[in-house]
Amino acid sequence: MSLTLENVTQIVDGQYYINKANLTFEPGSFNVLLGRTLSGKTSLMRLMAGLEKPTSGRVLMHGIDMTGVSVQKRNISMVYQQFINYPNMSVYDNIASPLRLAKASEKTIKEKVMEIAEMLRITPFLSRLPLELSGGQQQRTAMARALIKDADLILFDEPLVNLDYKLREELRIEMRELFAQRNTIAVYATTEPNEALALGGTTTILHEGQIIQTGPTAETYHSPCNVIAATLFNEPPINMIKGHITENEVTFDNTIHFPLTSELNTLSAGEYQFGIRPSHLSLLPKNDDDLEISVQVEVAEISGSETFLHVRNAHFQMVLHLSGVHSYHVDEKIKIYVPTHKLNVFEKDGKLIQASSRRIEDHFHG
Amino acid sequence: MNKPHSNKAWFLVLPVFILVAFSAIVPLMTVVNYSLQDIFDVSTRYFVGTEWYREILNDSRLQDSLVRQFIFSGSVLLIEIPLGIGVALMMPKSGKWSVISLLVLALPLLVPLNVVGTIWQIFGRADIGLFGWALNAIGIDYNYAANPIDAWLTVLLMDVWHWTSLVALLSFSGLRAIPDAYYQAASIDRASAWAVFRYIQLPKLKSVLLIGVLLRFMDSFMIYTEPFVLTGGGPGNSTTFLSQALTKMAVGQFDIGPAGAFSIIYFLIILLVSWLFYTAMTHSDNK
Repeated sequence: MSLTLENVTQIVDGQYYINKANLTFEPGSFNVLLGRTLSGKTSLMRLMAGLEKPTSGRVLMHGIDMTGVSVQKRNISMVYQQFINYPNMSVYDNIASPLRLAKASEKTIKEKVMEIAEMLRITPFLSRLPLELSGGQQQRTAMARALIKDADLILFDEPLVNLDYKLREELRIEMRELFAQRNTIAVYATTEPNEALALGGTTTILHEGQIIQTGPTAETYHSPCNVIAATLFNEPPINMIKGHITENEVTFDNTIHFPLTSELNTLSAGEYQFGIRPSHLSLLPKNDDDLEISVQVEVAEISGSETFLHVRNAHFQMVLHLSGVHSYHVDEKIKIYVPTHKLNVFEKDGKLIQASSRRIEDHFHG
Repeated sequence: MNKPHSNKAWFLVLPVFILVAFSAIVPLMTVVNYSLQDIFDVSTRYFVGTEWYREILNDSRLQDSLVRQFIFSGSVLLIEIPLGIGVALMMPKSGKWSVISLLVLALPLLVPLNVVGTIWQIFGRADIGLFGWALNAIGIDYNYAANPIDAWLTVLLMDVWHWTSLVALLSFSGLRAIPDAYYQAASIDRASAWAVFRYIQLPKLKSVLLIGVLLRFMDSFMIYTEPFVLTGGGPGNSTTFLSQALTKMAVGQFDIGPAGAFSIIYFLIILLVSWLFYTAMTHSDNK
């Protein structure tokens, strides 16, 4: 069963929640919806599920118009940010509940519950009540309930947000494995670019109710269609610098000049925006085309074994994503190196003209 | 190895201890003291041990009151809890009408107890009361002042009118606290309205209902003012509940010793039953 949205629009109290969404998800695909809070991810999912009816547009399941069909008559399941289970039923009964409602025999129910519990590693807890479990186990129970149904469409609305870091990574990997042999459409909403990258499949970038870009995850990451997509699909957000290109050189903010490289010399003269990913900046020169810029340290934000180094000069601010722990003093003067072949070039209005080029070393650094 | 520790922290609980001592322990001990003595006047008093307790427990009038009291509190819970939940389920969830229904529900709770008694005393009169007159007009021979059953039903109805709102308000707040995602999940599961109530709403309401049941039990078990104003405990002794029997004994006949023993027993019964409710309702959580 494929899912298609055709010009789906939802207006609530005169406000566009979803603006002309067009999407097609293939059976057996894993699809990530990436966007900030309030970008319309949940609204879009509710429209896909049939929990809400779009103001205009159509929702098709395998070519059949399902727009007005209520959620009860569709075969879908959904996993929420909160851990939603029946509070006074045991884990076993919780997982079995969709099958019981479908009037399956107790024997089939038992087999399937055992199978799915095994897969999600909650077999030892089957006789417990959901509230006697840890958050991760509760969410696994909710997932088991969603998976046992063999639904045509499974929606995950930021299911891992309320879990700790370690569990999140663990479940993320399991999710991919769980869906590898299934023929259902999985849709997964998240605010985190890293989660989208880890989950793979396709990624759809949502912003203010509009679909900005959709495509295979890696492709979407490497060639963001505009500034918004580039900003949303990178953590920390991509650094943007205004600049212009003349016949033989590139100028950033009227102050920094460097000669046109082979990657950039196809561009005509004019004003542009340049995007450079924080992970591509470095503190040491690495490539022959590196551009040296003198900056001052604003703050070094250390997260795990990585450092987000915020720097600025008189004209712009940038963030460097460095591996390892680096400590700096505020206002310390340092030099950073911008590999110019890694620049993404956008038009003044934000549209992508040229994605960063991927040299051989990308196979190691991504 | 023993960790060195300081006992100074006890000073921090001292204010609470003093407060509780003066508000609860000292008065209670005074009553215990009375209940063990036969007091004629300030200087003439004899220690009688558990004599008064034995007498109270064997007093058939008080036993009747106790039975009456249990039937009354039981009826109150059986009517008010389901009715309150029902009202809460039917209330509009948001918007203007939600506010209006909340206000209307809160009104009975704002009426002083003796005013409630007076309202129903007049309301139920067969000659000038709307309720009593209307019942008689449609052929029901209703007179709360003469017929014990009528008196009983009126006291019960009065309590239901007065306090169902409390259960409804508690339940309403409990229902509002259930995330919308539960209802969505239920509709995705194709659960019926009954299943939603049985497996989502009722379990989620449990903690507020526990408070509701405890409050309504304790309150109804100690009911005094309303029946006192409405029927004065009559006709006969048919609406004489425990606290009224106690008041008659302590203030009417000035039998301080037996009244003290009665108070202690009364207190212990409430404590015991409340504890039973509490354990029963929290126990099913971790069976």
